[in-house]
Amino acid sequence: MAGTLRQKVLTLYLHTSALDSRVLGWSVYDGTGKDSFTTGDNTEPPYETGLDALKDGWRLIQHPVLIPPYPGEEYSTSFMKYGFLFEKLEDIQA
Amino acid sequence: MINKKHHLSSTQMAEFVARGFLRFDELVPDEINQAVMRGIDRQEIKGHRAGTPLSQCYHGTPIRRLLDMPQIQGLIASLVGEDPLFDHDAIHVREPNEGKAQGLHADSIIDCRSHFDIQLMYFPHDVPLEMGGTLLLPGSHFRRVNEMDVAAYQNMRGQIPMVCKAGSVLALHHGIWHCGRQNQTDRRRYMFKLRLNPVVRQLRLWNTDDLTDDYAAPKEIHSGFPRSDDVQGILSKQEPWFEAASGRLEIVNRIKLWRFLTGDESFDVHYWLGRLENQPA
Repeated sequence: MAGTLRQKVLTLYLHTSALDSRVLGWSVYDGTGKDSFTTGDNTEPPYETGLDALKDGWRLIQHPVLIPPYPGEEYSTSFMKYGFLFEKLEDIQA
Repeated sequence: MINKKHHLSSTQMAEFVARGFLRFDELVPDEINQAVMRGIDRQEIKGHRAGTPLSQCYHGTPIRRLLDMPQIQGLIASLVGEDPLFDHDAIHVREPNEGKAQGLHADSIIDCRSHFDIQLMYFPHDVPLEMGGTLLLPGSHFRRVNEMDVAAYQNMRGQIPMVCKAGSVLALHHGIWHCGRQNQTDRRRYMFKLRLNPVVRQLRLWNTDDLTDDYAAPKEIHSGFPRSDDVQGILSKQEPWFEAASGRLEIVNRIKLWRFLTGDESFDVHYWLGRLENQPA
């Protein structure tokens, strides 16, 4: 039985590796099915910082791992480095 | 020979190097926009074999008239030379009332060359916000990612939805992250895309008349000099989505591309590379 709890997940891409730094990018997926989100659907971040998400009840479930640059690639850029993953559990029958 | 007055200026070129795109609103006259729309409806716009010189493409079509506009000729010549190769084209369609947007991506596959292709995106009809518009992320062109690797990023500070009037044109560096935003209207949205490959060394192809003798002169670090609209100022502007640390590396990426495009191996901004290149014997 899947029960009635469903997960909402939020990823915040921050300015530095510090959780209380500014939100630069964000993604939301809603397992309750109540809301849907897609690319380019909003210009205002849901929170100003990662810490603000904690204060609003989101649980931090993954913290970015700091990996030193590969030799020879010290000056290249690629993915967002500071993606913090949060979750909320919601009862779909509540 | 193309009249150089329609070539890009050095500050426009610096904008392209820094942000990975240039935008020209309502550039194409309505007569051509209407002809292109009719051509799309009749499925008359056909591509060519990859590697065909652009001068041999689209004869007798409204796309040829678009490409023959002096402003478009100057734009192309400035970025990839006067007669680049046709890579591919596409009429991108976003259907009415779509459930979701396309995922953020860079086109083709990971491509780290200093030489760059351009993609012209031409919007032959008005694109209001509810119709979506192509979304692009300024300054993303140096990031080493492979196509849809970045589809997990739904929204980024500073992203630009291409909301525009008919006849607007974007010129994109091949690496820029973009996607088709959700079309929430009951009308189809069209965008014509054309990718071009350079066949000449991309060296000072634009109009460099505005490069003064001292444009590259070093400036005092932390002098509080105003963020100017000159080349160094443009290349030093951070995008709102840049992380603190990687944002500095993006300036280095821009310096390297500017050196490549000008042939000036001593050019620097904020002493970022000069400091590293100081290796006393």
